[in-house]
Parts: sequence; C-alpha cells; structure tokens
Amino acid sequence: MASHYRDATHQYDSNKEGIWLFMTTEILMFGGLFVGYIIFHALYPEMFAEGAKFLDWRLGFINTLVLIFSSLTMALGIYYCQVNQRNKATWALAITILCGAVFMVIKYFEYTHKFHLGIFPGQKLNLEMLKPVHENLGLYFGFYYCMSGLHGIHVLIGMGLITWVMIKNIKGEFNSKYFTPVEGVGIFWHIIDLIWIFLFPLLYLVG
Amino acid sequence: MGQHVTGHVSGKNYINEEPGLLSWFTTLDHKRIAILYFVSVMTFFLIGGIMAILLRLELFAPNTTPNVGQILKNGDVYNQVLTYHGAIMVFMVIIPGIPAILGNFFLPLQLGAKDVAFPRLNLLSWYVFMTGAALAIGTFFSTKIDTGWTFYTPYSIRTGGAVVMMVMAAFIMGMSSILTGLNFIVTVHKLRAPGMSMFRIPLFVWAIYSTAILQVLATPILAITLLLLAMERVFGIGIFDPKLGGDPVLFQHFFWFYSHPAVYIMILPAMGVVSEIITTHAKKTIFGYTAIAFSSIGIALVSFFVWGHHMFVSGQSELAGIVFSFITMLVGVPTAIKMFNWLATLYKGSIQFTAPMLYALGFLFLFAIGGVTGIILAVTAIDVHFHDTYFVVAHFHYVMVGGTLMAIMGGFFHWFPKMFGKMYNELGAQLSWVFIFIGFNVTFFPQFILGAKGMPRRYFDYIPEYEQLNKISTVGSWLITTGFLIGLFTMIQALRNGAKAPDNPWGSKTLEWQTSSPPIMHNFDHEPIVTAGPYEYK
Repeated sequence: MASHYRDATHQYDSNKEGIWLFMTTEILMFGGLFVGYIIFHALYPEMFAEGAKFLDWRLGFINTLVLIFSSLTMALGIYYCQVNQRNKATWALAITILCGAVFMVIKYFEYTHKFHLGIFPGQKLNLEMLKPVHENLGLYFGFYYCMSGLHGIHVLIGMGLITWVMIKNIKGEFNSKYFTPVEGVGIFWHIIDLIWIFLFPLLYLVG
Repeated sequence: MGQHVTGHVSGKNYINEEPGLLSWFTTLDHKRIAILYFVSVMTFFLIGGIMAILLRLELFAPNTTPNVGQILKNGDVYNQVLTYHGAIMVFMVIIPGIPAILGNFFLPLQLGAKDVAFPRLNLLSWYVFMTGAALAIGTFFSTKIDTGWTFYTPYSIRTGGAVVMMVMAAFIMGMSSILTGLNFIVTVHKLRAPGMSMFRIPLFVWAIYSTAILQVLATPILAITLLLLAMERVFGIGIFDPKLGGDPVLFQHFFWFYSHPAVYIMILPAMGVVSEIITTHAKKTIFGYTAIAFSSIGIALVSFFVWGHHMFVSGQSELAGIVFSFITMLVGVPTAIKMFNWLATLYKGSIQFTAPMLYALGFLFLFAIGGVTGIILAVTAIDVHFHDTYFVVAHFHYVMVGGTLMAIMGGFFHWFPKMFGKMYNELGAQLSWVFIFIGFNVTFFPQFILGAKGMPRRYFDYIPEYEQLNKISTVGSWLITTGFLIGLFTMIQALRNGAKAPDNPWGSKTLEWQTSSPPIMHNFDHEPIVTAGPYEYK
C-alpha cells in the first residue's frame, strides 16, 4: 500500500475512481467518431447502406459473439482472483487473450480481403474496380477503417494489459484482499467490448 | 486554519532530501514534479515569447519602409512564426502553466494530503508532456508548419510541413493533460485531511478541480479530432474534405468543442490563484466562498455549450448563431459573480500592496477588459465585422496574458517563499509588475483600435494608415519583455541570495503555510486535522 493512503480500502476506492475516469475519456474519444457518423449518416443514408453491403455481417457477428464470450471469461478471471483460485484465474485470463486474438485474426482477414478488392478509405477507394453507386462511398470506408481500426488498437492494448495481469497472477500477486489491476483491466476490456457492440450494427447492419 | 502543524527542525526538505540531479527525474514527489514542470514550461514560455517579439518587430512598420519595414524573409516565415507562437503558448505554456506547476505543488498541500492520488502517473504525465513538447519543437527542425495553432481544414490537409507530427504532439500533450486532470479529481475526492469537507477546501483547489473536470471531459474530443486530421492527411479518409463528401466546418465544430472549454482550462486556475492572493494579502475573509466555488463549476459547465461563437462567419445556421450568442453571454454571469466577490473581499480589507497583490489587482483590471470585450464579440452583428481582426487578438490576449499570465506571475511570487524557502526582493518583483502591466496595455490596447479600424489578424503587412498604432504596440512588447526579464532576475537573485523565508510570511490561514518552508518530503509532520474554513481572518 502507498503511504499516502489511510488503508487498503482507501487506496482501492481511489484506484477504481481513477480507472472509471479514464474509461470516461475513452468513451468520449469514441464519442467524437459516433457524432461524425450520425452527422454523415443523416446526410447520406444511402451511402452507408451501400457500404455495409461490402461487409460480411457473418464475420462481424462471429466477432461480436467472441467478444461477448471474452467478457464472461474476463469477469470470471476477476472472480477467481477474488476467491483465491489462482489457477482458474490464469485459465480464464488466457482464454480472454485467446478470444482477443481470434477477434484480431478475423479482423485481419476482413481487412486484407478488402484491400484485395481495392476497398480503401476515402480518396484511395478504387472506383474503377468497384463502380460504386454513391459518389462518396470512400467516406463510408473512412468511417469503417477509423472506427474499427481505433477499436482494434484498443483490443491489442487490452490483450497486452491482460497478459500483464496474467503474469502478475501467475506470480501470485493477487488474492482476495488485493486484485485492483486485474479488475481495472477488466473494466477496460468490458468497455472495449461494449464499443464493439455499438460498432457492429452501425457498420455491418446499417441500411 | 484549525490546528497548527509545526515546521520541521531537522533542516530536511523536499529539495535536499534526495541528492543528485538524477533523483529529480525519477522522483514521485508532487512538489519535485511541480518544479520539473516549472523549469520546462518557463523554457517554452521563453521560446514562445521570442516568437512574439519577432512578430511585433515585423509589424513595427509597413514592409515598404526602408530598413525596419521587413524583418522576416517572407510571408511564409511570418505564418510559421505565428503558428509556433500560438501553439507553444497555448499547448505548452498556458494550459499546463498553473495546474501542472502550482496545482501539482499546492493542491495536495492545501488539502492536507501527503501527495496526489497517483504519484507514479503524475511523473508519467510529465514525461508524456515532454515527449509531446519535443515532437512539437521537432517539427521546427524538420519542416515548419504554417496552419496557425487551430489547424483549420482544408488548409491543414493541403499545406506542406510536418502537420501530422505537430497534431500528434498536441495529441500526446493532451494525453498528459487528461492524466493530470484525472489525478487531481481523485485527489480532491479521496485525499482530503480529516475535517476537510468539500466546503472547507481553498478556492484554489475548487478552481483546479473545475479545470480538471474540463481537462478530462473535453480533451478526448481534441484527441479524436487530431487523430482524424492526421488520418485525413495520411490516407485522405474524407471526413473533413469537401471533395470526398466531407465537411471542413465539422473540423471547426470538433476543434472548438475542445478548444473553447480549453479557454476555461486556461483561465479558471488563474481565478483560483487570484482568490488566494486577494484574501491573503487583504487579510480578509473571502466574500461569498460558496458563490466563487460554484461559479467555477458553473463556468466549466456552460463552457461546453458556447463553441459555436468561434464560427459566426463559418456558415453555421442563423439559429445556431443566435443560440450560441446567447449562451456565450451567459458565461458573463458566473464570471461577474467572481469579480464582484473579489471586489467585496477587498472592501474594508487591510490591503497590502505586495507584488502578488499588485499582480492580482492587475488581473482584475485586465481580465475585466478582456471579459467585457468578449461579451461585445458575442453579439453576432458586431462579430461579423470584428471577426478575424485585431480586435479579437486584443480580446484574447487581455484574457490569456492579462488574465492568466498575470495570475501565474502573482502566484509565483505569492508562493515563492513556500516553494523555495527564500524571500524575493519586493522592489524587483513590483518593478516587474509595473513594466508588465504598463507594457501589456501599451501593446494590446492599440490593437482594439486597429481591429475596430479593420486591420485583419495574421497578416504579414499592412497599409500605412495602421502604422502609428502598430509602432506603439511594438514598443509595448519591449516593455513587457523588460518586465518578464526583471521578474526572472528577481527570482534568480532570490534563489541565490534571498533571505530565509519564514513558514508563513503572509500570515495565511490555508494549510500549505502551516508546514515548513520549503515543505518536508511528506508535506506535514503529522496529518493536519481541520476544524475551520480556509479564510477565517476577520
């Protein structure tokens, strides 16, 4: 415990407040993208409908399920730390990381497939290959790559953080009295999942 | 304030507790981190100041005048100097200035805490800030940018120069700002000494707290805006590019949604400093503690709904213009509440005309002009004429320099004895005030008239009709420079030869004065127990 706190609970409460404040900033940052999306969706609804057709909703749906499942294993990881079941916690965290990896691999195939078809954001969109109906279709893919890309970066960061708390857990640093880092990382992971749950319909199912 | 906490007798303090220069770069102590910020921010202030002097020299006379007419090579160089002056002063001096230096040092002390909530994060914030600052200054040595500090699209997409590097620098410095704000919010919530209720915390803390809320809630929007701008430049994603169906005005909306609250990130801490100085150096209980505290929160809230007043001529709808105009005037209400409370505090107080008090009075005078001209500019019919003229330049310099920088200087002198344990030379400090105060008015008051006569801002040259007032303005910039140099000299002289400062030279009631000067490593020998409000003088 750091010396400027009265006791462990005091420190725990402070850390938790800090984590939630940080998550607020993450949500606000994505909020900017969502506002941009709303504005341009109001301007060109048919552009978003056309763009979504180039996406495979089944892959998006699988990824949604994978992330929701990873949220469960993350929550279990925290729970097992709290009840001193170290091995089970390690397994739960490892599965969570694996889910993150599955998500990123699927994302990788989605991206490379699009690159193959000449689907790039904005002005790089290959108009000759695609012959889009809406003249601004590149803008849709600007949103697609920015929103899913920023989310993907967060998934990678989340996987790194979970690896970090998993190693700490293997070393036996967590117990029923001290589990702040694993809980903090868990909150981060849940928020990232939650953002994807909004991104999936906005990008894949729109129109 | 409540129980007295005696100073330390061992002679150990935060400065000499750990030896060696290296110990400063690994320290987790909030006071030492404040000193790190002090040195770095003042260095950036010097760089930004040199840019300002260059701009004024260029505008000393129309370009056709022999010898003194054209100082800079061409208009491109002028645009670059202008950009660096703005970006450095905003992102690297005024935004971090009071919170990161004085806030870091005095927020925990005034709360009776041993440190901020997350000391490690606090040090990380400084490193993050310095990384961003290094990148920003790095652009100067790669390819210079000329977009102005606002990076308006579509120009910022098309122009040459290291715009991506610069916006990433601002992004990183924004991250530092977020982390500092987050740290302060949790500190205020969780680390108050026993008996320190929310309505016993000093007004400086209230101001830093309101600022921290703004830092945490507004800066993420800047982050995403700058990211999108970088993506726009690198990949041409289209969101701000009309050619691809995007909207350049959306950039302005996003940018000002952060940058208008940022104006209050710059001024609210200054108001906190002024509250401390006025009550202490007039030996009088603050008038309307609750009103001042809540008006800080009020300003913070209203500031989120006024961004459109930067865009009256950018093509937003008339209705939006009217709404933004009205809400902007609302900001005047909590601000005026503060002004009248400070005046009421001074009324029948035992005013001592010390240097900090002079700076605080200078703040009241100059900030009043800056604020009232802000109300003028909020009137859409007038703004259409004044937009992008020197009237606007004069207005925001009255707020940012006349307001914030005056408060920074006042705060430095007010807390100097506590920070360094040395007394400064009163005459030197007062002389610096005289030069800065007079020089400031000489520089910027003529710019109101120039603006009213129609001189546009950000121009490299002007017609002969504007020459006289521009000459006066440039001479004023030399006076300000002299004032800051005298101030710097006074501080250096005090550090070297100043008399030892007593623990509480001003007879203040707030907690930071109840420990030794300079404070010991963990601030207090015993955790203070608070039994009364912060300003119970008479």
